[in-house]
This record gives sequence, structure tokens and C-alpha cells, in this order.
Amino acid sequence: MKNYLQLNLSLLYWVFIAPFKGQFFKLSPIIRQMVFIGVRAVPMVALTALTIGITLAMQSARSLQQLGAEIYVPNLVTVALLREMGPVLIAVIVIGRSGSAVAAELGTMKVSEEIEALEVMAINPVRFLIVPRFLAMLVMLPALIILGNYVGIFGGWLVCWLALDFNVAGFILGALESSDLWDLYSGVVKSVVFAWLVITIACNAGMHVEGGAEGVGQATTKSVVHGLLAMLVSNALLTVLFFFGR
Amino acid sequence: MNTTADQPVIEVADLYRTFGKRAVINHLSLEIYRGETLVIMGGSGCGKSTLLRHIIGVMKPTSGSIKIFGEETTAMNERELTGIRRRFGMLFQSGALLASLTVGENVALPLIEHTKLTPDEIEQVVKDKLEIVGLKGFERMKPAEISGGMKKRVGLARALALDPELLFSDEPTSGLDPIMTAVVDRLTLDLTRKRGMTAVVVTHDMTSAFRIATRMIMLGRGSIIAQGTPDEIRNCDNPEVQQFINGEADGPVPLNISQDEDHPHIAPRPLVTARGRFHNKTP
Repeated sequence: MKNYLQLNLSLLYWVFIAPFKGQFFKLSPIIRQMVFIGVRAVPMVALTALTIGITLAMQSARSLQQLGAEIYVPNLVTVALLREMGPVLIAVIVIGRSGSAVAAELGTMKVSEEIEALEVMAINPVRFLIVPRFLAMLVMLPALIILGNYVGIFGGWLVCWLALDFNVAGFILGALESSDLWDLYSGVVKSVVFAWLVITIACNAGMHVEGGAEGVGQATTKSVVHGLLAMLVSNALLTVLFFFGR
Repeated sequence: MNTTADQPVIEVADLYRTFGKRAVINHLSLEIYRGETLVIMGGSGCGKSTLLRHIIGVMKPTSGSIKIFGEETTAMNERELTGIRRRFGMLFQSGALLASLTVGENVALPLIEHTKLTPDEIEQVVKDKLEIVGLKGFERMKPAEISGGMKKRVGLARALALDPELLFSDEPTSGLDPIMTAVVDRLTLDLTRKRGMTAVVVTHDMTSAFRIATRMIMLGRGSIIAQGTPDEIRNCDNPEVQQFINGEADGPVPLNISQDEDHPHIAPRPLVTARGRFHNKTP
């Protein structure tokens, strides 16, 4: 925990204070990490979001049909996706895919003395290794979640169109009517918080590996389990704040 | 810069470090002067690497003082250490190359981070440094694609990239063939004799040690057993030293030196079938 707070503080220093002291971070490692963390996760995220959209639509269609209210399927799908399902499930995918990879990569570097070598070469490992991953995650997780929202709503539309005989305009009107911009923004705000938690937990786990391959394995597991727990708890807290406090 | 000829480059005074209850470095003092090649020898687990790690500042001592270029480093924070670290190079036992970068990028890394050279100049320096360690034309390979000995030589090229005043080598010649060992030794000699670089070398390789050393130190159980010029060490009547430099299996050097070693970072995990048998009962 102490290590985690220290990591966050030095991360804040390198992201927000060091650039004003003339130590800018380089763009190319950030872009490389964005491709790895974000772009390569697109197929998985799209598939996840599509299946969520489809299942949400099918389940809600079944229940709403009993009330004769299939017309509200688009509303339900959109609100559920934007507010909760999109951010949470896509964060789950990113934790499993990128969080674990970051922890394993940094852990292996720690074990093979690479991080020590950086320190001895007077290159700060937080600046050199963590800042690019942090910034990449902070940009790419919200981007993936916005993408996921679109794909999920598309999945819901597929069900409405093929099984419930909706027309396109009807679906879009229903979707727009039920949700306001705040639904989208709340999901994006959540995703920024998730991104922060996921990447700092993964980096912290990786940077503090002790021992050999076994330690790397433990750190990877820890990054996933702690990442998921932190994400779900923060999601509950943010939902209270956004939708129950007002 | 402010070091004169008679002021030591490195000054270790009464260094003491424990892991758990075991004193790995036991009140050790030593001084290293400009232009010297100090070879540190000793059996496995005697504290050689730990001593080196303290000197380069990645480990902090339990007590004692370490001065590099006349500046006390034990109380320095990371940012102050950065200034010192730019002036020395370190070759790690495993090479410690960054696996995600190519060989050329690894050597270029300190230059990119710490100098204002143009990309063309950096490329030239990288070429030169790789050439002196006999790896011309390997710039675009990844560390995973080259052998262990090559990695070590790339590590040496990287350590020399900034033309350091001080070079630390952790077993620079283990894993190298005899010819490459001689090449690396000659390189060390050239750098110390012609450019006045100071070298601190930890090694098990006695041929190489006697070839490069101007002074030698033998460590055992965390303190200095013997020190002197290569000739003094060769003619030293200490039986532990004689056993070590002649590589004899029988002698006074204890073989069980690491048995009661504490590993504070890894709790030993016994096999299920042997539960408790290898367990450290008093952690």
C-alpha cells in the first residue's frame, strides 16, 4: 500500500510537474503503448460489447414482451450499456489483457535486473517505463469504452431489427429519448478512474516483484485480482455518487 | 572533477549490512584511487555483489558510509544520485539489456537520455562502442537473438557509452570464450591506462583477474581477508587465498556459507511431500 501511494505520487510528479521543469515525456513510447494497450484490444472489446448488447436486448425483450412494452428495449439497452455494462465489462477485458501483460512485463524486467540497470544509468524507471503506460491507458480505456458503447448498441439494434421488427429510426429515437449526455459522460468518467486504478495497480505489482518466475506469476495474478476488485468497488462508489446522490 | 590524485574516487568506511540476522557485509572499509583496477574476489555468497550494489547505490547499508567522487551517497535521494550515476558505468552480470529494445538502442539509451547529441552522432558513437567490444553490425538484433556472451559485451558497450570515469563490472568475463575474455581484459587495461578510468571488477576468473588488476581484494564472510597487488596476493600465505586462487576443492574456505542465509523477500515454500523439512523455522 505504501509502495502504491509512492508510485502514484512519483507518477503525478513525472506527469504534471516534471514537464514544467523541462523534462518532457517522449511521444513515441506512449504511442507504442497505446497501440499495444488500446488498438490491439479492439477486436476483443468489440466482440465483448456486441455480445453484451445482444444479450441485454434479448433478455429485456423477453421481460418487456410480457408487459407489451417491447418498444422500450432500445431505452433499456442503451442506458444499461452506457452507465454500467459497457465501462465495467470492457474494463474487465482490459484488466485481463493489458493489465496482466504490463505486470508480467515489468516483473520480468525487474527480475532480470533491467530496472536496476535503468536506475544505475540514471534513468528513472517511473518516467521511462510507467509514464508511457499510464498515459496510454488513460487515453485508450475511455476510447475503448466509447467504441464498446457503439458496438453494444449496434448489437441491441441487431436483435430489435431481426427479431422484434423495429425499424432503424424507431430504435435510434428510442435510444436517444431514454439516455442523455450525462449517461455517456458518467461512463467516460468511470472509465478514466478505472484506467488510473488498473494501470497503477498493474505497474505497482510488476515493479515490486521479488524472486524469479514464481514472483512474476504472483504479481500477474495480483494485478488482475486487485485490479478487478478495485475497479468493481470504485464502480459501485461512482454509481452512488452519480445516480443516487442527486 | 574535484577529485585529486591522492583523494580516493571511492571511499567505503565501516560499511555494515544485515539481511535478517546475518551480517552480509561486516564493517568493511576500502578505498579506490583514480586509474586503479581493483579486482574483488571471493566465493559465492561472500558479499561481493552486495558490496557492489551498495557502492552503486541500489542498496542502502544498515550503517557506514560510502563516498563516490568525494560525495556521500548513502544519504542521497534518487535525484541526487542521478548526478553521480551519470559519471559511472555499470556492467551487470547478466548484461541486463532492455529486452524490448535492439542492441543499438540499448547502447544508445544513455546517450539519448543524458546528452544532446544528434541522432547521427549517436549512431556513430553506438557503432564505435560496439566495434570495440567486437560486435560490429549487430545494431539491429534483439537481445533475445544473441548469445549470453554477446549480451554481456553489449552491456559493456552500453556501460562505456558515456565514457565514464568509473566502471563497475560484475563478472565481465564469465560466459565469454578465452579469446573474448582477453579482448575484454585488454579493453579494460586500455581504458584504465590510457584514459585514466577507474575500474572495479568482481570476478571469479583468476587468469583475467591477475591480467587486469593493479590491486586485489579477497572477501570472505563480509569482510576483507586479504588485499594487495597481484604479486602480493599470489605470494600471500593465507591458506584461504591460496585455495581460492588455485581453485582447490579442499581447504579452509567454508562450503556451507550460504546455508543459513535469510531470503527476506521469498518465504521458502516446501514441496508438499516434504512439508516443513526445508522450512526455515526461525524466519
